[in-house]
Order: sequence, then structure tokens, then C-alpha cells
Amino acid sequence: MSVFSPAAVIAAPQVFEVKTLASRAATALPGSLLESALYVLLAVVWIVALLALTGLALIYLERKIAGHFQCRLGPMRVGPHGIFQTVADTIKLLVKEDFVPDGADKVLHVVAPFLALTATILLLVILPLSPILQAADMNIGVVYVTAISGFGVMGILLGGWSSNNKWSMIGAMRAGAQIISYEISATLALLVVVLFAGTLRLSGIVQSQADGWWIWRAHGVGVVAFVIYVIASTAEINRTPFDIPEGESELAAGFHTEYSGIRFAFFFLAEFINMFLVAGFAATFFWGGWMPFHVGGLDGFNSVMDLVPAGAWFAAKTSALVFLVMWFRWTFPRLRVDQMMRLEWKILLPVGFVNLFAAALVVLYGLYFFPGT
Amino acid sequence: MTVQAYTLDDLVKRLDPQATEGASQQYFLNLGPQHPAAHGVLRVMLFLDGETVVRAIPVLGYIHRGIEKMGESLSTRQFIHLTDRLDYLSALMNNWAVARTVEKAAGIEVSPRAEWIRTIMAELQRLQSHLLWLGVLGMDLGAFTPFLWGFRDREELTYIFEETIGARLTMNYVLPGGVMSDIHPEFAARVKKYVAYIRPKIAEYEALLSGNVILEERLRNIGRLSAEDAVSIGATGPVLRASGVALDLRKASPYGAYDKLEFQVPVGTVGDSWDRYWVRFEEMRQSIAMIEQLLGGIPEGPHMSVKPAVKVKLPEGVHYGQLETARGILGVFIAAAGGSDVPYRIHLRSPTFNNLWSVTRLAPGWRIADLVAILTTLDLVIPDIER
Amino acid sequence: MEANELQEVVLAFASGAKVREKTDRPSLTVPAASLPDLLAKLKADERLSFDMLLDHTAVDWLERGVLELFYQLFSTRHGHTLTVSAEVPREEPVAPSVSGVHLIAEWQEREVYDMFGVLYEGHPDLRRLLLDDSWVGHPLRKDYRDDHMIERPK
Repeated sequence: MSVFSPAAVIAAPQVFEVKTLASRAATALPGSLLESALYVLLAVVWIVALLALTGLALIYLERKIAGHFQCRLGPMRVGPHGIFQTVADTIKLLVKEDFVPDGADKVLHVVAPFLALTATILLLVILPLSPILQAADMNIGVVYVTAISGFGVMGILLGGWSSNNKWSMIGAMRAGAQIISYEISATLALLVVVLFAGTLRLSGIVQSQADGWWIWRAHGVGVVAFVIYVIASTAEINRTPFDIPEGESELAAGFHTEYSGIRFAFFFLAEFINMFLVAGFAATFFWGGWMPFHVGGLDGFNSVMDLVPAGAWFAAKTSALVFLVMWFRWTFPRLRVDQMMRLEWKILLPVGFVNLFAAALVVLYGLYFFPGT
Repeated sequence: MTVQAYTLDDLVKRLDPQATEGASQQYFLNLGPQHPAAHGVLRVMLFLDGETVVRAIPVLGYIHRGIEKMGESLSTRQFIHLTDRLDYLSALMNNWAVARTVEKAAGIEVSPRAEWIRTIMAELQRLQSHLLWLGVLGMDLGAFTPFLWGFRDREELTYIFEETIGARLTMNYVLPGGVMSDIHPEFAARVKKYVAYIRPKIAEYEALLSGNVILEERLRNIGRLSAEDAVSIGATGPVLRASGVALDLRKASPYGAYDKLEFQVPVGTVGDSWDRYWVRFEEMRQSIAMIEQLLGGIPEGPHMSVKPAVKVKLPEGVHYGQLETARGILGVFIAAAGGSDVPYRIHLRSPTFNNLWSVTRLAPGWRIADLVAILTTLDLVIPDIER
Repeated sequence: MEANELQEVVLAFASGAKVREKTDRPSLTVPAASLPDLLAKLKADERLSFDMLLDHTAVDWLERGVLELFYQLFSTRHGHTLTVSAEVPREEPVAPSVSGVHLIAEWQEREVYDMFGVLYEGHPDLRRLLLDDSWVGHPLRKDYRDDHMIERPK
């Protein structure tokens, strides 16, 4: 029996050289301030472009997927196969009246959508799309992810509370209870991978899967953690069957009942990007992120897999997970608020704890596939 | 005189927690008249404690059109053209209920062919109505897909109706003495094709909805209506049958061609939302079976026994007729002064009126989300309640 | 039970009841004051068990100066029906509420109050049902007029 040595885990081969935009800026700083600033600017442009393009693509995808699930075509009129429908809708939302209801807390009402979107942007910064397409790579990556995704609920709570509408208020309170509860399970699931990878750095977690993704290398605990993460994070981003804070047939529109125009668009965009983020993180932690499909020891096979660029691997995995989340939405009914809480506190949380403990044992005894390499 | 009527404001003041005991967590919330779960302009004033309903007060009158007052200056044949605006999903059955009452009062014979046409049209519409309900149920519980599936399958039926009747939703087809026009030559073939199409679809719905654990969680044991309460409330149709009372006028006092048909009346056991859901689901199957049997033998003969120009005079007295629509018993009360085809007073006992009232018994103690489930399994059509 | 037989049995029950002529189902007219008792007895009796109040409405007989209240009873056990009617004067339309016997009467009586102005004694929640609280008059009375009514051309 081997003595537990984190070094053995951390010493996973650095198959890809990770060069984030932030590290490039830092490297350039002693030499040229201009170059460094350019890298920072590039990072900002990258994040904004990612936000806008992913938003457009996801909204279009959701409409098309919904359409085909429901035996119809989805948008077909604006542009070929309706690809400009979302652009048209964006323009419509931009020119709509920005409305603050009577008796609302004006400042908070205006600020809330920005808070929701800020949390989303802050998370985009750390998402590793490929070894070079990552704005910043922190050594406390996982802590950062957990902290910031909890911050997003602030926007929802403030938006619902400041609207001076009882439906909004109920939606906001439901959102608060739901997001904070499911945060725990999502974090527990991520901790399983942290145990295996031995690092909190997201690029390090991806690198640690060079011999195989944690979902199958970890002897079952990885699968359980993955399932918990998908359920909990679906709840965190308010998607069906957990769209309780905005359940339209119960609460009109929940926390964003009183929002219109650009501010509604912000909430909407934040929600869609959050779906992308959740899928991206699930891919990063459990499916190897941008890491190609590798099997430890089969170097020939691995080098064939490496022919597909890292970014493409990430895109494929994330798309599959996004599709899964959309599939949920167009199939399931909505849970009731107390059933949702019961699922978290009585099922997911205990299972998550037991799973974390089991994962610790697996790591301690090196029972996972390819422990030494 | 000691009896004193009061107003909604008085009731609100009486219930207002702020006025009685100072600080309280209870508050009022208006569900509707503009609300996605209200299916029209139903307004339910909710007195809530957190999310739990303490008291539900339905407030009506947002779509009251005074149809009974109008009926006092229209002949019964003209009045039939208003009845499809009551429960627009059972338009033909509403027509039929009034026509039947007039026929019984005036002693008009109806040919077997007309009865046959009425029966198959009624069953097709019951199926259509339940399909729409199924879709709306899914949407109310947060699943959007069944809604569009329901509408897709309903559409073909709408075309079949349009071919014969000329209207898609507000159909005026049944008149005292028969039906307005004979069925379209293609009718039987199209219905046969549709029956073959819809059978597997029902199984598909079952797979999508009935087998879903979330749906079951949302409906089981929610809003239990005991048989005793259901009868006392005068609930009829699937709501009553879900509570375990096997009352179906098609079986209990057959009319039209129902006495020649073989069918079962699905009856629930505990009267919760799940039973109401299940009863309607089974009724769809029964309707399909009935349509198939009806397609087997179409009697020949005229479709109308009264010439359109003839005034249907009502004898003096009180006449009452009733019939089972997709939502329950529709009663037609006619008080005639005699010698005229215009009733002195006409009153419609609409099934959803009573069914809605059960909300006041069912809602307390449940959450808002359950209230939505209860409302949707009651299958409300608001214009039918308010007339 | 046959219609005639039923009528006989019910007549024995109700003091002061008369058979109401010119109806198409078993019917009787009773004094308004005896309504709650009678309906409760009809509900409790084993042979009759009129447990469902299917319908309650009124007719304004302007010439006779009375409002006739109709109660359509139905037995879910036996499947038979009975119409009970009672007359109250138009000028002072007060009737006892039967909402203690049949729950739904609460709403049906509210509708009749709304449309005919019949005041029900002992009603727990006597408010207008379909019309607004500020409405003046009771529209289904035959002599009801308001500024927005259009007479149908003859």
C-alpha cells in the first residue's frame, strides 16, 4: 500500500503549456508596459466577445432545440433558418422603454441586473476554453468559482426585492433559498475532483486528466459527483425543473416580472451565459476540459487524439452538456419549492458528503485508474 | 329587514391582519385577472402566509356578458348561437344541451342520423377539449412541450370540424330538430384516419407525462376532494368522478346514441389532482373507443326534422334539460310564458361554476404552486363560469 | 322510484307543499321559510337522498309580483331529480339560505342575490358574484333599466 503523497498526484505530466492572457501580460510587464496593457485589453475584448457571441448562439440554439422537441421548426423567418432572430430580438429589447415601477427602490432596481451580469463575467474570466484561451488562471481557481457563483444571487435577490411587487418578492426569496442551498452540493461535487487533482488551479485540474477524465478514472465516485454537480448546477442557474424563482405559470415571471428592455436582457443574458459556464465547468472538472480523450499508457492512441485541437474538445464537451441541460428543460415539469429543498437537503447533500468521503478513501489508497503515471 | 349584503372591500377589511392583530406575516396577493395560470380572466384573491394559502377568494365578473339577459329577448334557436361562447371547448355540447331542452319541451322528434352525428361530434370535441387540457396542464406545471403537442393533435380535429361545420372554435351546428348540415362526404374517412393516428400518441403522452416522477410528485395527494364534499359542492364531470362518484349522464341517463355504445366510466379513488388527471386521460381513451364504434354504423336518414323557417314555440311551464359536457353537467333551465319561441327566462347551469367553487375548499393549506396544479386539474374555462 | 311515486313521498314530507304544475320533472312548491329544513330532510332521507343541489335560480314573475326560487335537486345515489320552488314577494325578497345544507348554495345564492336582489338570511358571505360591488339594481329583474341598455327592435 502506498503512502498518500500529494506529490504523486500533482506531478501529472504537463502535456500542454498553459499561457493565459493574464500571465502573458504579467510576463510582458517588466519589459514593456504597452505590451502588457495590450494583453489586458485583449483579455477584455475576448471576454466581451465571448459573452455576446455565446449569448447569441445559445439563445438561437435553445429556440431551435425547443422547436424540434415540440415538433415545430423554431425561428425560420429572419435570415436563413432564422439565425438573425436573436439579433432582431436584441435590437427590440434595446429600444424598449426602460421601466422602473412606481414605488420601487430605483437605485437597486437599476443596479440589480448589472450585479447578475457581473458575476457571470467574472466567471467567464477563469473558464479555460483551451491552453491559451483563458483570461486568467488563479491558483485558488475552485474557491474563486464557488465564491463568484454565489455572488450572482445578489442580483436576483435585489432585483426581486426592489421591484415593489409581491410576485417578484416571492420569486427572489425562492431564488435565494434555492441557489444558496444548491451551492453546497455543487461545491461538494467539485471538491471530489479537487481531491483527485490535488490542485485548485483550473488549468492544473485539466492537466491532471491527461491520463483520463476524472469521471471514469475515479471508480464511480466521479460519476456520482458529476451527476450531483449537473443537478445542483441546473438548480443554481434556475433552469427547469428548478425554474422555481421565475416559474411563469406560478409567479408570472418571478424576480424579473417588473423588468423590461435592456435590464431584462441583462438578466436573460446572464442566465444563458450561466448555462454555458455550468456546462463548461462540468466539462472542465469531469470530462477533462480542453484535454483530448486520453487513456494512460496508450501513447499512440493519445497522440492521434491530440490531432484534434484542444479548443474543439472543449467546444464539443460543453455543447453536449448544454444540450443535456436544454433537454431537461423541454422535458421535465417544474418541482415545487419544498420538494426542491427536500431534494437538496435530504438527498443530494448526504449523498454528496458520503461521496466526498469515499473519494478521499479512493485517493488515499490510490484505487483509481493510472494512479502513478 | 336584518339581512345585509356587503362588498369585497368589507371582506378584505375583515381579513386584513394589519387591522386585527398588528404585525403578521399574512398578506394578500391577487392571482389574476391577468395571470398565466388563470387561463383567461379568473381572479383569485389569495390570503397567504408566506407561500401557504390561508384562504382563496375567487372574484368573478371580468368576462360576464349577461347571456341570460340576452336570452330573454332571443328565440331559443337564436340563443343557441350564444352558447358556443360559454365553454368554447365544448361548443357543440352546449348547442346540444339547449337544443335538447327545446326538443323535449316542444316535443320534436330527432332522426337517428342526427343523433348519431351529434354524438360523434360531441365525442370528438370531448377528445379535443381533453387534449387541450393536457397541454395546458403540462404548461402550468412547467413543462412547455406537452402544450405544443396537445395543440398539434388538436389541430387535425379542428380541420375535421371546419370541413363539416365551417367554424374552428365557436361552432354552431346543433339546432332543435337535428343539425344544421349533413356531414362532409370525407368526414368518416378522415375521422378513421385520425383515430389511427391519435391512439399511439396517447401512449406517447403517457410516457412523457404519466411516467414522470416530478409530475406525480406535483399531483399526488394535492387538493383532495372527498366524495361527500364533491357532491355537496355540486361538482360534476371528471372532477366528481375523480372523487369516486360514478356519475356520468352518458351512462346514467343516456341521450343521443350513447345507449348503443359500449364504454366505461373511469372513476378515481381519493379525488386528488392525480385522480382528476388520470380520469381525463382515461376519458380520452374511452372517447376514442366510442368514436370507433360510431364509425361502424352510420344510420341513413334526414339530418334535420324541423324546417328552419318554423318557429319552435315553447309550451307554458318550466323545462329543464341537462347533458354531460367535457367538464360536467350543463343544465338548461327554461321558463316559458307560452305561445312564443322566446323564453321568459333562460338560465344555464354551467359545470365549471361549481367546479371552481371547490377551490375555496381545496386551496387552504397548500402552496401557490399547488394552487396552480389544483386550478389546472379542475379544467376551468372562465367564460363558462360567468356566462 | 317512479316520478309519481317520488312526488307522493316528498309531499308527505313537506308540510304546506303543493305540486307545481307545468313542469317536466317532479316538482313541488313550498313556503320559503321551510326551505332549509326541507332540503336537509330530503338530503338525509334514505329513499330520497337528494344530496346534490344541481342548480338554483330564480324567475321574476312581474305580473304576479313574486320572485320564484327554483332548486334543482339531484340524487347521485338513485339518479332521480326533483324541482323545489318557493315564492318570495318582489318588494321584500327575503329567503332563508340553504348554504348550511349544500355548500354550493353559497355561490348560487350570491348569483341570485346579484341578479334578482333576493336577500338570503343566514348566508355567510352575501356579496355580489358577477357584477361589481358598485352596480345599482339587479339586472335580471324584468323591470330593470339602465342607461346603457339597448332595446331590441321588434
